[in-house]
Formats: sequence, structure tokens, C-alpha cells
Amino acid sequence: MDGGSDAAQTDKLRLCPKATDVDPTGPMKRVRTTQTVLSLAQRCLSGLLLLVVMVAASWADATGVVALREASQALAGASLRQVPVIVEHIEAAGKESALPLFEAMLAGNLYYQRADNRIVITRQTEGGDYAIRDAVTGESLGVVAKKSIRKVKVNNRLRSQLRATIARLTLFSANVSWRKSAATNLLNNLSADNVALLQEARAVESDAGVAELIDTALALHTLKTSTDRKIRLRALEVLDGSLQPTVRNQLLNLTEVDAQGQYREADAVVRTRAARFLARIDGKIKFFGFLETLFFGLSLGSVLLLIAIGLAITFGVMGVINMAHGELMMLGAYTTYVVQLLLPNHLEYSLLIAVPAAFLVSGSVGILIERSVIRFLHGRPLETLLATFGISLILQQTVRSVFSPLNRQVATPEWMSGSLEINSIFSLTYNRLYIFLFALLLFCALQLVLNHTSLGLNVRAVSQNRDMARAIGIRTDWVDALTFGLGSGIAGIAGVALSQLTNVGPNLGQAYIIDSFMVVVFGGVGNLWGTLVGGLSLGVANKFLEPTTGAVLAKILVLVFIVLFIQKRPRGLFPQQGRAAE
Amino acid sequence: MTSSALPAPLTGRVTALHELRARAPLFLAILFATTIAASLGNLLFPEDSLFHVSTYTITLLGKYLCYALLAMSVDVVWGYCGILSLGHGAFFTLGGYALGMYLMRQIGDRGVYGNPELPDFMVFLDWQELPWYWAGFDQFWIAALMVLLVPGLLAFVFGYLAFRSRVVGVYLSIMTQAMTYALMLGFFRNELGFGGNNGLTDFKDLLGYNLQADTTRVGLMFASAVALGLAYVISQWMMGSKLGRVIIAIRDDEARARFIGFRTENYKIWLFVYSALLAAIAGALYVPQVGIINPGEFSPVNSIEMVVWVAVGGRGTLYGAIIGAILVNYAKTRFTAIWPEAWLFALGALFVGVTVFLPQGIVGLFKNRLAGRAT
Repeated sequence: MDGGSDAAQTDKLRLCPKATDVDPTGPMKRVRTTQTVLSLAQRCLSGLLLLVVMVAASWADATGVVALREASQALAGASLRQVPVIVEHIEAAGKESALPLFEAMLAGNLYYQRADNRIVITRQTEGGDYAIRDAVTGESLGVVAKKSIRKVKVNNRLRSQLRATIARLTLFSANVSWRKSAATNLLNNLSADNVALLQEARAVESDAGVAELIDTALALHTLKTSTDRKIRLRALEVLDGSLQPTVRNQLLNLTEVDAQGQYREADAVVRTRAARFLARIDGKIKFFGFLETLFFGLSLGSVLLLIAIGLAITFGVMGVINMAHGELMMLGAYTTYVVQLLLPNHLEYSLLIAVPAAFLVSGSVGILIERSVIRFLHGRPLETLLATFGISLILQQTVRSVFSPLNRQVATPEWMSGSLEINSIFSLTYNRLYIFLFALLLFCALQLVLNHTSLGLNVRAVSQNRDMARAIGIRTDWVDALTFGLGSGIAGIAGVALSQLTNVGPNLGQAYIIDSFMVVVFGGVGNLWGTLVGGLSLGVANKFLEPTTGAVLAKILVLVFIVLFIQKRPRGLFPQQGRAAE
Repeated sequence: MTSSALPAPLTGRVTALHELRARAPLFLAILFATTIAASLGNLLFPEDSLFHVSTYTITLLGKYLCYALLAMSVDVVWGYCGILSLGHGAFFTLGGYALGMYLMRQIGDRGVYGNPELPDFMVFLDWQELPWYWAGFDQFWIAALMVLLVPGLLAFVFGYLAFRSRVVGVYLSIMTQAMTYALMLGFFRNELGFGGNNGLTDFKDLLGYNLQADTTRVGLMFASAVALGLAYVISQWMMGSKLGRVIIAIRDDEARARFIGFRTENYKIWLFVYSALLAAIAGALYVPQVGIINPGEFSPVNSIEMVVWVAVGGRGTLYGAIIGAILVNYAKTRFTAIWPEAWLFALGALFVGVTVFLPQGIVGLFKNRLAGRAT
């Protein structure tokens, strides 16, 4: 879920009244049920957020709208006794499109306007007024004072009815992902009512994934309530291999001893079986935890690869470390920002446009730097290092003056947000996944350019022996400029990728640059494979060290490791061959 | 790594003493004339007098002298031996921390929490006792020893690892940068016991003298001047001696120097240690004058800035480094007061301009003028 909907979600949650506000005089038990109701409501809210967005689109359905409006209109001024019937009518009339209304009602945000009895969903503003929108169409109706609207009354009985209605609507919806999230919600909040509903749903469920979830939920319930050993063991079998956290908790509960030293589970057969399944689940969790760390490591590694690959090209060919590389990357990130600013309605394509745009912007700035400064410092790598550092300061300050020193917001397109869910404990976020694939793609493209084009041939010739290359007619100064432009352009592309992972600000370039130097030093500049291996292995090493040592210490350890490593291989894993090597 | 832009090695029958006699007196005269005049101006003349020098100026001058010493330490390795260190800030800051720890212990129970043993930040973190590595820092001589020992040891270990495996040029620069970066990350952590983000500050007195007093300020500035003068004389003598010639030979062609039979890595290691010691002393003198030391000083940008001081002044001449440090920092003080945004532009332009147009710095400019007039 992207940042914007997260904010909307917290907004919603904040508006849920606390349990004690709802019923301050009620007995403890009731307060507790209210809390569960509310926590269910919150879970539903978060789980169904996507659903609400989708429903907003289907609100346009005109016939449904009329029926739903008619049915819901009855809520205005209705007595508590009438409401349950009205709710049933609304459900019949609106089906899934009535979900936002029910959600709001459950959260206590459903009001009607005194003037025209229109049913509205409210959100309290900071000033204490209410921002309202139509409960049927979702159309925003502005901000009104509290006295011009009236709350649709809800009591606890109604809340459980609403809860059941919402569960039913989603559980029997035509949309698989809604059903899935509804089933997951119910799995985590099992009660007798839910079980009946689940059994009903199971009979008609066609999707294997959702059916499995429901089976798990039902098995959990059986395990908890049944006393027949045979039935319970069969239920346990169903739970085998499930990665739902609730299942693990339940199994853990079966194997633990309580404060008196007694096993919570009296039946020894069930207990040992549960322990065996628990061990199997823990093994799986460990395995997927390992995969997750690996994924994060590869993701960090791919970012390092993206950054370091441009550095490695310029360093390999010209023997020059470009200290402004980070800032060229920053320019790429800002290009993304500008592209999105210019094309606010084409967010989906913004990255596709930003990639070549950033390549051109950073690449031409790179060529400008090479032509105006670096070529005068030829053969003096240390001076080049200082001069490019000066350029990095100038670029940073330019961006600060032009765009402001504050971070800019770069939006994530829909297709890059969210995550690929493998199972309930392991999912890959799309942005990291795409960036990883993109880095590999870029690597392959560069390999092709360097090994199968005439530019690549020239570049390799110059990097191996500059004088000889010139003697056979290669225009080395042009090769230098193009190489520098290529390296810088790739930095720009890396900037586009980074804009999807971190904040875009004037200091963007500084954050990763030393790490990417390390990649170049570690990998060597003999060929690009060094950068690939160096980047990925440093990324993975960092992420695997982090849980035991903490992020900072992990970074320090990696740095120390590299210092020691270059004792053995002073020129990295893949050292440069030929005259330029010393 | 040969470079025609660098000052040529000494030729003819110029002895080390000769070289020293030719340069040192003028330098020392200017240094001490300025500092003594400033001290007298501060201590003798009342505030409304024309000749009064404010305490702010004294502190500023003291700071510049520390920077000058630091620049000289960079010049010793870069200008004379071709080792471009982008991590000299690490030695400077470590020296500063070592003295800062002493100053922290001197606060005693005058801190906010009034704990006689523990510095405020440790009380704040709920630590019960001093970590072992803080032991003895209430003694000035131990702190002073640590000012030299810790950065010296770091330089030795780093130099031993780097120079023996013949890490040179850009690789070495990047590694030194990584070193100071790693230290910065480490010192930002509260767990390390050096005050984390905030570093060490709120100092009260040094050897019993109140740090806020004018006389202490003047004394510290004077101490900085003495340290700078001494370091100048020693370095100038060193570079003029046979040792210096070997060092310059290594800069101009390390492989040839090695073939002739010099163990070049040993020369480099010990020169690096010497340079680190100068930087550490500069740091230790700097901290009581500015009253704070924090991990920000480790930041790689600071270390690169030091290099540009040397480049501006003219590397390979010790007084060039000093002139560069004072000029650039004076410009920084003025710029950041008048027009802060422009400073980074100016600094960036300075980096580019000096490397492209003035490879020998300001000193080189004047030298060429003089040489042109002579012929």
C-alpha cells in the first residue's frame, strides 16, 4: 500500500471512538466486546481499504445508486428499533456498494444532514468541524459545523449486525481478493457467528486459496471447541503447514504449560502432534525469514549495483573517480520529480518517461563536466577527484536553490506499489522487485553495449592501452567524453530508481555514494562482473549482518572487511588487465 | 604517479639546515608577531579602545591556527609524498575526543545532573559506571598521551595495512574516506559511550583555568601558535633532510625509489603516522577553543575540505598549506555570515578553479611571478 492510502487509513482509525467513549457505564464484559468489535472494524477498515477504493469506482453504477439511496434514506431519524430492518434493506438494495456506508456506520461516522436528511460519511477536521461526503456516491460535500448534521444512532446489537453484514457482503462477494481479506479477518477474529457464516461460505467457495483459509479457520474453531480426540486430530491435520500467525499461536498454546505447571492441553496425543506441527511451522518461518533477508540484501545490492556501475565504467576507462556521481544521481531523481510535475495525469507512465529523460539530463551534465573540467586534468586522478567533489558541491547547492532544501514528494505508480504475496509471512514489495529486475536488465544492456558495439570496442581499447588506442586511430578524447556521459547517464537512471525507495532531496547523492565506492573497490574495474558480484554480495552481507549487529555496526564491519580484503587483492575481485593496471 | 605540476625535488647542495634557515625565521616572526599583538590587544586595551581585539577574534584566530596545523599535516603526506588522504578529519577528531574526554571529567559535579563521576550523557542514558576506556581521563597527562596514542595507532594500523599491500592513488583516497566514514557512523551511536549525536560539550575548565576567561582563550591561542611554529620547524627540517628527499622521491616515482633500495612502504607508514599526530594535536587544541566535539567532525566532507585548503595555498610548501587554511577559513567565516547560500558555490568553484588553473596554489602563482621577473 502506498503512502497516500496509509495516511488515509490512519485518518480513519483515528476517528474510531475509543471503546470507553461508546459505553462508559456498561459492564466490563461489554467494554471488552466493544473493543473486539472495534478492533474487527479497524482490521476490516485496513483490510478492505483497497476494496473501498474500488467501490468508489463502482459507485457510478446508476441503478444501484437510486435503490441504495432510497433504502438508506430511511436511516435519517429512524429509531433504534427500526434500524436493523433498514440495514437489511440497504444490504439488499446496495449489495457491495453499501459497504462504505456500513463501515462508516460501524465506526460511528455516519450522519445525516438536518436540512435535507441526506446520509453522509463524516471525518472530523482539525478545527472540530466535519468534512462530509455523500454515503451513496462518495461525492465530497465540503466541511460543515457539527450542529448541521445528526448522527445515525448505533448500539451494540446493531454493531454486531453490521459486522456480520460486512463479513457476509465481502465473504460472498464476486471479487476473490475481497473474499480473501474477509476470510483472513474472520480467521483472526473467530466467534460462533462467524463460524456459521464461514461454513456457509465454504460450501459455495470456488477459489482454492480462499477455501484453504476458510478451512483453516474452521479447523481452528473445531480444535478449540470440540472434545472428541479424533475430530481434533483431523482438524490438526488441516492446520499442518499453515503459516497464519493465528495458527501458530494456537499450536503454541496447545504445547505450553500454564502458571501452575499444568499443560494447557490435557490430551497428550493432541499435544505431541501439535508440537510436531509447531516445529514444522517454525522451520518454515525460519526458511522464509532467510528468504526475506536474502531479498532485502539483493534489493540493497541492486541499488548499489545501479549506483556503482556508472562509477565503475568511468573509473575503468579514465582512471577517474567521479565524486559528483551521487549528485548526478540526485539530478536523475529530480528529473523524475519534474516529469511527474509536468504530467500529473499520467502517473502510470511517469517512470517510463523519467528513465530516458534522466539519462539525457544526467548524461549531458556529465559530458559538460568532462568537456569543461575533467579533460584538463587528464592523467591527474587525484586532482580530478577534488575537482569533481567541487562540482558535487555546486550541483547540490544549485538544487537547493532551485527546488528548496526540503525533500520533494515523488509518487509511486500503482503498478509499483503493493507487494507480491507468496504466503502470509513472506511477500516481496513490487518496487524493490522491479528495481532488482531493472538493475539486472541495465547490467545486461551495458554488457551488450561494451562487448558488441563499436563504442564498446573503443571503450575497451582505451581502457586497456590509451596510447596504443590513439595510435590506431581511436579518438580517445571522444571516447572519454562519451564514457563519462554514459556513466553519468546511468547515474541518472539510478536516481530514478532511488526516487522510488527513498526521499528525494539535495542530500540523496551522499547517502549511498561511499557504499558504492566500496563496491567499485571490492569488485574491481576489470569488467562489469566485478561490480555485479561486488554490489550484490555487499548488499546481502549487510542485510545478513544487520539482525545480529544492528545497521550501523553492519556497515562498519563491511567497511573493515573491505580494508582487509584489499590486502589480499589490492585491485578488487576482477582487477583490470593491461597497461593501465600500473 | 608522476606529476609535473608538483614542486620539483630539491636540487644542488642545499642542506636541511640551510633550507630551514631560509624559510623558518620569516614565518615564525610573522606568526608570533600576530599572535602577541592580538593577545596584547585583547588583554591590555579596554573594550572601547581602537586597539582592542575582541575575545571572539582571539578564539577565531586560535581556531584558524588549529586549522593551519591540520592543513600542514595533510600537506606533509599529500604535497610531499603524494598520498591523498581524505580521512585526516578522523585523526583530528580523535585527538579532539581524547582531550574532550578529559574536559568532560573536569566538569565533575557541575553538570546538569550533578553526578561527580559520570558525564551528563551517561547519566541520561542511565549508565551506572564509567566504561573502562574512560578510566584515567581525569588525569591530564593520560589524556594528552591518548591524544597522540590513539590517532597514531590508527594511522599506523591503517598505513601498515594499506601501504604494505601497495594500495595507492585513488584507491587509497577512497579507503581513507571510508575509514573516517566508518568512525563517524560508530561515534553517532550512543552505545559507544562518547555522547552519540551531541558529542562532548559543556566544558568548564582546563587544568584548573576557566575556559570562558579571556586569559585562557589567549593562552590557548598562544599554545596553538607554539604548536604550529614547532610543527613547522620540525616538518621543514624533516623535509629538507635526506629523509625528506626520499619521501619526495617516492612521490615522484615510487617504483624507482623502491628499485633503488628504499623500503618505501616503511617511509610512507611513518610519515602517515607523523602526519596523523600533527592532525591529532590540532584537534586537541581545537576542542577547548570551540567548546564542543561531535561526530559531525568525522564527516568525509570535512576531510575533503582540508585538502582544498592545502590545494588553495599550494601543496608541497608548508607555509602554502598554512596560508591556504587561513584564507579559506576566513572566507568561510565571512561568507557564511553575509550570504550563506553562496558558500557552497564558492567552495565548489574553489575546488574546480584551483585544480584546473592553479595546480600549485597561491604560492605557486607568486613563485611564477617572481621567477618571471627574475629572467
